[in-house]
Amino acid sequence: MTEPLRPLALATLAIAATLAVYAAARVVQRRTGSVLLHPVLVAIVTLILALRGMGIGYAEYQRGGRLLGFWLGPAVVALGLPLYRQMEEIGRRRRAVLLSLLAGSAVGVVTATGTALLFGASSQVVRSLASRSVTTPIAMAISARVGGLPPLSAAVVILSGILGAVAGPPLLRVMDIRSRTAWGIAMGASAHGVGTARAAEEGDTEAASSGLAIGIMGVFTAVMAPLVIWALAELEWIGPMVFASG
Amino acid sequence: MSASAHPPTRVRSLLRFAAGLAVIVALMFVGDAITAAARLPLPGSVVGMLLLAAALRMRWISPALVQPAAEMLIRNMALLFVPAGVGLMLYLPLLRREWVPIVAASVASTFAVLVVVAWTQQRLERDD
Repeated sequence: MTEPLRPLALATLAIAATLAVYAAARVVQRRTGSVLLHPVLVAIVTLILALRGMGIGYAEYQRGGRLLGFWLGPAVVALGLPLYRQMEEIGRRRRAVLLSLLAGSAVGVVTATGTALLFGASSQVVRSLASRSVTTPIAMAISARVGGLPPLSAAVVILSGILGAVAGPPLLRVMDIRSRTAWGIAMGASAHGVGTARAAEEGDTEAASSGLAIGIMGVFTAVMAPLVIWALAELEWIGPMVFASG
Repeated sequence: MSASAHPPTRVRSLLRFAAGLAVIVALMFVGDAITAAARLPLPGSVVGMLLLAAALRMRWISPALVQPAAEMLIRNMALLFVPAGVGLMLYLPLLRREWVPIVAASVASTFAVLVVVAWTQQRLERDD
């Protein structure tokens, strides 16, 4: 192979490997039907093990990876379509939904950063956890903005999603939550995409409310996380922002 | 009747897909430009999402135009964050050191959000 073609070949290979591993991970989940085997999680772990096994660094993988990653931005913009549709659908409950999610967003940022601080987390980890209660692509974008580590935020969001989807419904039953909208937005706000998939098993109202919660939580938390992180830095409970070189 | 006057449906749907995708990507760059100019700490893509929802509500854009591209992006969103997630390999020592606060914060915050949102919403609906 001639030298100039090498980077191009590596980039293509990285994209092809990502697609193949992700497709295989989806098949595994469909076959086993397990929420715990989330395809993104399985794909990430498999790719990390493979790259380490072959002695390939992340920077080299990212020559192709970033071409896929670029489309996350447009995918977040695309969420504006379901957001618009569900805002129309929710009708007169809109005010209640906005208030509940405003409270949820504040509680999400404060409990995540507060608990992390109590358990002695480093500043970088606290910054990465601030965006925990929103869907993965938005969490990564917020994380980058507040000086967190976007990959760590992504992993935390997916784990929270699995936890919320499994433990959420029994907890909501114990709390005697009868409103279908309340059920749906609580699942969407706390368990994001995985929670919405679980909500879709309950019914259309639950699914639509859950999807709406994802969009609104994203917007509220995008404002809330930088404010809380700024306050924590002013109080000197966390260190100043460190700019990563990569 | 010539084929060019009535392009086959497949060509038309491909054009619509491309047009919708162009609108979405353009809104992302507009969002980035707004956050940069106003020095907002928000991600540009979140501003782009709000702009898309607003443009649909104002009837500046029809839902049918962006629907094919938007649905394709949303359906495959999980795949798109795999490469970034692989970046965890750079932070394995950090994970080993700080997995306790990370797990504790995730569990506490997931349940706190679930309880607060469900309770507040059911309460507010009763008052309506």
